[in-house]
Amino acid sequence: MNELPSEVKKMKYLTEFRQKEPARGVARKIHQLMEDIDREISLMEVCGTHTTAVFRYGITELLPEKLHLISGPGCPVCVTANDYIDKAIAYCHQDKVIIATFGDMMKVPGSRSSLAQETSEGYQVKVVYSSLEAIKIAQKNHENKIIFLGIGFETTAPTVAASILMASDEGVSNYLVLSGHKIMPPAMQALVKDHQIGIDGFLCPGHVSTITGSKIYEFLAQEYHVPCVVAGFEPLDILESIHRLLDQIKSGQAKVENEYRRAVTYQGNVKAQKLMEKVFEKESTSWRGIGEIPGSGLRIRKEYSSFDAEMQLPVKVAKSREHPECICGDILRGLKSPLDCALFRRVCTPSHPVGACMVSSEGTCAAYYKYAEGGGE
Amino acid sequence: MKKKILLAHGSGGRLSHELIKDLFLRSFDNKFLRKLGDSAIFEKEKIRWAFTTDSYVIRPLFFPGGNIGKLAVCGTINDLAVAGATPLFLSCALIIEEGLEVSTLEKVVYSIKETAEGAGVQIITGDTKVVEHGGADGLFINTSGVGIVRTQENLSPARIEVGDRILINGTLGDHSIATLSRREEFDFQTKLKSDCAPLNDLIGTVLSDSQGIRMMRDPTRGGIASILNETTSGQAFGIELWEEKIPIKEEVASICEMLGFDPLYLANEGKVVLVAKQEEAEKLLSILRSHPLGKESQIVGKVVPEPKGKVYLRTRIGTRRVVDMLTGEQLPRIC
Repeated sequence: MNELPSEVKKMKYLTEFRQKEPARGVARKIHQLMEDIDREISLMEVCGTHTTAVFRYGITELLPEKLHLISGPGCPVCVTANDYIDKAIAYCHQDKVIIATFGDMMKVPGSRSSLAQETSEGYQVKVVYSSLEAIKIAQKNHENKIIFLGIGFETTAPTVAASILMASDEGVSNYLVLSGHKIMPPAMQALVKDHQIGIDGFLCPGHVSTITGSKIYEFLAQEYHVPCVVAGFEPLDILESIHRLLDQIKSGQAKVENEYRRAVTYQGNVKAQKLMEKVFEKESTSWRGIGEIPGSGLRIRKEYSSFDAEMQLPVKVAKSREHPECICGDILRGLKSPLDCALFRRVCTPSHPVGACMVSSEGTCAAYYKYAEGGGE
Repeated sequence: MKKKILLAHGSGGRLSHELIKDLFLRSFDNKFLRKLGDSAIFEKEKIRWAFTTDSYVIRPLFFPGGNIGKLAVCGTINDLAVAGATPLFLSCALIIEEGLEVSTLEKVVYSIKETAEGAGVQIITGDTKVVEHGGADGLFINTSGVGIVRTQENLSPARIEVGDRILINGTLGDHSIATLSRREEFDFQTKLKSDCAPLNDLIGTVLSDSQGIRMMRDPTRGGIASILNETTSGQAFGIELWEEKIPIKEEVASICEMLGFDPLYLANEGKVVLVAKQEEAEKLLSILRSHPLGKESQIVGKVVPEPKGKVYLRTRIGTRRVVDMLTGEQLPRIC
């Protein structure tokens, strides 16, 4: 059980996971399994990198018609609720505050503006590639408060936790974090409980799993009887993971399998998990499109509240609002495709995004826009 | 809210194109500019001249394989060369931020001299401005260049025919990843070097040995994906690329995987994409490969009748996907 097929086991390099013959071989097995199962099947790829890979390699071309891949809420920018952006904008309007953020957040439309628009108005927003870079900015600008926009799942949260500990050790008192971090299992649970969606199996997120380990999905298999396979990001990884999910579905099983063994273990990166637990605690938080999910957000613990932007500099923002025609919410729940959206490609484009799913390169709308525009066929 | 210029207006993507079309082209409209080529080509006294200009703003100023000075010379030489011209003369204008170390400036200027001499061009005019601290990021350079067009006909997408082959003179993305790796926030341990190089000798050799070239472009900002989209835009043909033929260094591919970048969109500074007659393609390939700047050349695709105006990729696993124009700078994934 759980043994890698010989064609995958031998592979070491990226290019080997992109070969034509093994890919076609697995695709044939998928077609055979689907004939045996003989009903519509919906598998959710939770992670945005999977969505992008599916498009980038044209994987759907190899799949049977009755097999649907639906994109989940696994892009941190996309699931960030409007009021978080509104808050970030309110902060950048304050005197002696510099916002430090990952580049993707710049273009995300809040209720009334975006950080990119605010920068062109002269407010101070700096794009950084890591939270550690934000600390460096803080060390060079003593007279200002630097607020780092902490977004991301279990993959990014430990690095932000580490930055807070570093700021604490080195006495960088002008470094603050606005935590919008989220964790995956409660969101996946909410999706499974939503019977409107009807998920037959999960392609579990590879990057998140390198930190958390594959163990975090056990409850989905045991309590909800949903097959789970932790998948890598190469075409063969994805095809092989789909194959394994169908195998489970056909035999009526539900268990957690790990296809991405070259990066993911059962226990995960325990050191990173401990860092995260030391600095953050779970709270209820709002996901764009899904709404409030208990225990799915991470807030900074009291011990580190001197680095918590919301504790140190409370701001009030007006009630957030969304574009009435934007269907990002339904797209993030896998209920609709970007092609169902009246704004898609007409009003909402990567240059002028209306919804967050169009902003991040890993957002579902951006992937559709980039790789399926006008149907290259 | 009043419209303001965003960084994305300068990224070479759709916003840049809108700005060029709606403001510059509308204001300056003439038959030379309308072609929007790498160089403008005009005829005077029975000689066809190519004329181009480019500004260079890059952080860090020094990167593995080059610096802003070398880049400013190579970039302008290459814009002339891909228009089928022999570059002759360059201008060089510097905008210097107050406080820049003189030794840094000297290093850059020496590199400009060395690169220009090596490529056989002279710098015959220039300008210097110093702005207050904070008014520029160290050093900005503008170079303009003129050259004489050597091809019988002007190279252009209009000459491309179905069946033509697409060639490239080596690996993609080295420049982007090499400069990125030196930014302090990454500090990757890599031996990668920018491919920054003047291509006039390589292109001159190709043009004198073959009549089969339809068009050439240098895939700088926006990468091969963007220039091929510009090539097919509004034309009665499409382009099919073959993923397994596209040369990419393993190191570049790995860093791309890690950050979520697509190598087809990465900038190159010593690469030329050639569109050539099918029957000349193999001969051209061996000419390219015999030049030091073309050892890893490949035929990477062909011109197809459908889908018109589009570029698509035949992936390694045999599927097809659209290759669209870049809509903004590629950013590392957040996860």
